[in-house]
Amino acid sequence: MSEECAVELRDVVKAFGPFVAVNHVSLQIRDGEFFSLLGPSGCGKTTSLRMIAGFEMPTSGHIYIGGAQQGYLPPNKRPVNTVFQQYALFPHMTVAQNVAFGLEMSHANKGEIGRRVHEALEMVHLGGLGTRKPKQLSGGQQQRVALARALVNRPKVLLLDEPLGALDLKLRKAMQIELKNLQEQVGITFIYVTHDQEEALTMSDRIAVMDKGQVLQVAEPEALYEQPTHRFTADFIGETNFIPARVAALSPTILVELAGGIRLPAGWVEPGIAVGDRVMLSVRPEKINLYEAHELEELTATTCRVRGVVERLVYVGTDTHHTVRLESGDRVVARLQNLHVDEEPWEMGEATTVQWEAAHGRVFKEA
Amino acid sequence: MSTTPSDRTLGMGARLRSRLGSLSLSVYGVLGFLFLYLPIVILVIFSFNDSRSTSQWAGFTTDWYRQMIEDRQIILSLWNSLFVAIISTAIATVLGTLAAMAMERYSFRGKMAMDAVLYLPIIIPDIAMAIMLLIFFNVSGIGFQPWEVQFFGNRLAVPYSVIIGHVAFNISFVAVVVRARLANMDRTLEEAAQDLYANTWQTFRRVTLPMLMPGILGGALLAFTLSLDDFVITFFTSGAGFNTLPVRVFGMIRRGVTPKINAVSTLMLAGSFLLILISIISRMRSGEDEDAIQFGL
Ligand SMILES: Nc1ncnc2c1ncn2[C@@H]1O[C@H](COP(=O)(O)OP(=O)(O)O)[C@@H](O)[C@H]1O
Ligand SMILES: [Mg+2]
Repeated sequence: MSEECAVELRDVVKAFGPFVAVNHVSLQIRDGEFFSLLGPSGCGKTTSLRMIAGFEMPTSGHIYIGGAQQGYLPPNKRPVNTVFQQYALFPHMTVAQNVAFGLEMSHANKGEIGRRVHEALEMVHLGGLGTRKPKQLSGGQQQRVALARALVNRPKVLLLDEPLGALDLKLRKAMQIELKNLQEQVGITFIYVTHDQEEALTMSDRIAVMDKGQVLQVAEPEALYEQPTHRFTADFIGETNFIPARVAALSPTILVELAGGIRLPAGWVEPGIAVGDRVMLSVRPEKINLYEAHELEELTATTCRVRGVVERLVYVGTDTHHTVRLESGDRVVARLQNLHVDEEPWEMGEATTVQWEAAHGRVFKEA
Repeated sequence: MSTTPSDRTLGMGARLRSRLGSLSLSVYGVLGFLFLYLPIVILVIFSFNDSRSTSQWAGFTTDWYRQMIEDRQIILSLWNSLFVAIISTAIATVLGTLAAMAMERYSFRGKMAMDAVLYLPIIIPDIAMAIMLLIFFNVSGIGFQPWEVQFFGNRLAVPYSVIIGHVAFNISFVAVVVRARLANMDRTLEEAAQDLYANTWQTFRRVTLPMLMPGILGGALLAFTLSLDDFVITFFTSGAGFNTLPVRVFGMIRRGVTPKINAVSTLMLAGSFLLILISIISRMRSGEDEDAIQFGL
């Protein structure tokens, strides 16, 4: 394994009885990285995090932290700290006592504890609140205490399990930025669990997309959005149009055939697909443009063009979502930015031609 | 919608019935209350009666209280009661808490059986328990050896058997109360402690135990009250010549009811109220922690 790996999971499996919660997961998380585990509820994110922290032991496979295999090390012997989903602040201790807990357990001296607790509370903007009890704080403040309590120990890795899940939207947005800044400031590796794709995209250096206990793709946010490698990822991250099709050719260019014999080029095809297979062509709504017949440019080999009828318009401020019924009978949504006030809008029932660059079409297995 | 006359009379009838219903309910309530508390009030009143009679009022006096305090036997039995209650509560609280931890946190062979056995003393009649203990002390050879101690300047001779008997039933009550608290406790708090480098003992000492404290105190208070209050088990396990306050009162009643017994009873009543007051206050003080209030005495 490489030197700069903060945490590595090697072929980790966790089964609860017959149920496999984490299924052959391998991950390499780099030093100083903001790494997110993203997936729907129940996909095994928390279980993965708990195995890194030492609360659960893998059924098989190995976990390395800072290059050292963890084996059956209990949580108190691992150089990681956790920010729990519901914060898990000790209700019978003051804020300062909560934050000091880890340092006391690792036998730091009194003076140093006082100084570092103070620093940690300052860092999360809770300066004068050290003597309060957790119950006397707002949700956002409790969240910061949980952060300070973990960060004060200067762990190699900080594990965060949906730490912003309990906050309201506005506070969550503010905390996302703050958390990201904090991470850059302290330079600690963050492993961040969330089911909120927008949150993951905003904050992460890299994201692992999980579904049903498996990691489907590990990539930077942009790559994840632009080049998803599984139908699940394309669907889960952002929005996309899935058009049922059949593979007509794979070389020299990828060609798929829609209902009604419409042939379209595509930019990428999922490995394992053969000519003749039923597939899903995925195109993101903002990649699609609408044209009137007389505006059409020369057709090139890298352009997809299908005639259709505008069926529905949904105005959402920055954009208008145009639902178009294609010649093939499929519906796609095109998201057009509202750039000009004087632009003549499309009307329902109007004939149109949708167009996108072939590179934006990605072909996935049907199921 | 129009209301026909018959509709209206129906409505009135229903309303009348519901008024009558709530009226009769309050009458029942008041009667029930009187039934419970009138004897207590009468008991207290006649402890101040200037006559040997406990039914004919003859003027106010505190003489019975003076006689009570001057009665060496009564005072000694009071010290006996307190000593047994304190020692048995202390032991039962520790053992009961450990039992609750074992039942709630670990799985082991025979856990179901232990669960049943643990609750047995709560369910079975006192008399059965008392006879079981009596036979046990006889057969085991423990007998009714007294523990000779100095307790607040009094020489007491308290049979070990009485203390063991009280511990035996108090463990169950403590375990029930503590276990209820434990079951409601958030396990992630303990995980958080471990995550912050606390070992098993430190986790227990710094997180589990403090969180459990209201339950432990509640259990201890319950045990203390039950121990002070106990007659049957004490009576059967004390051998000859040992009296706690309830046993002493029983002995006095056999020689005739006097207002002195009323005075002793009033004293015990005041003691009970004091304990209830302590429990309410302590619950209010830990009130910021609302789930502390889940187990009343
Ligand atoms: N201790 C456990 N015993 C049995 N099943 C569990 C346990 N912990 C988690 N699971 C199951 O494992 C799956 C993954 O859970 P989890 O890791 O918490 O998902 P996520 O955090 O992604 O929502 C869920 O179906 C959950 O029910
Ligand atoms: Mg979870």
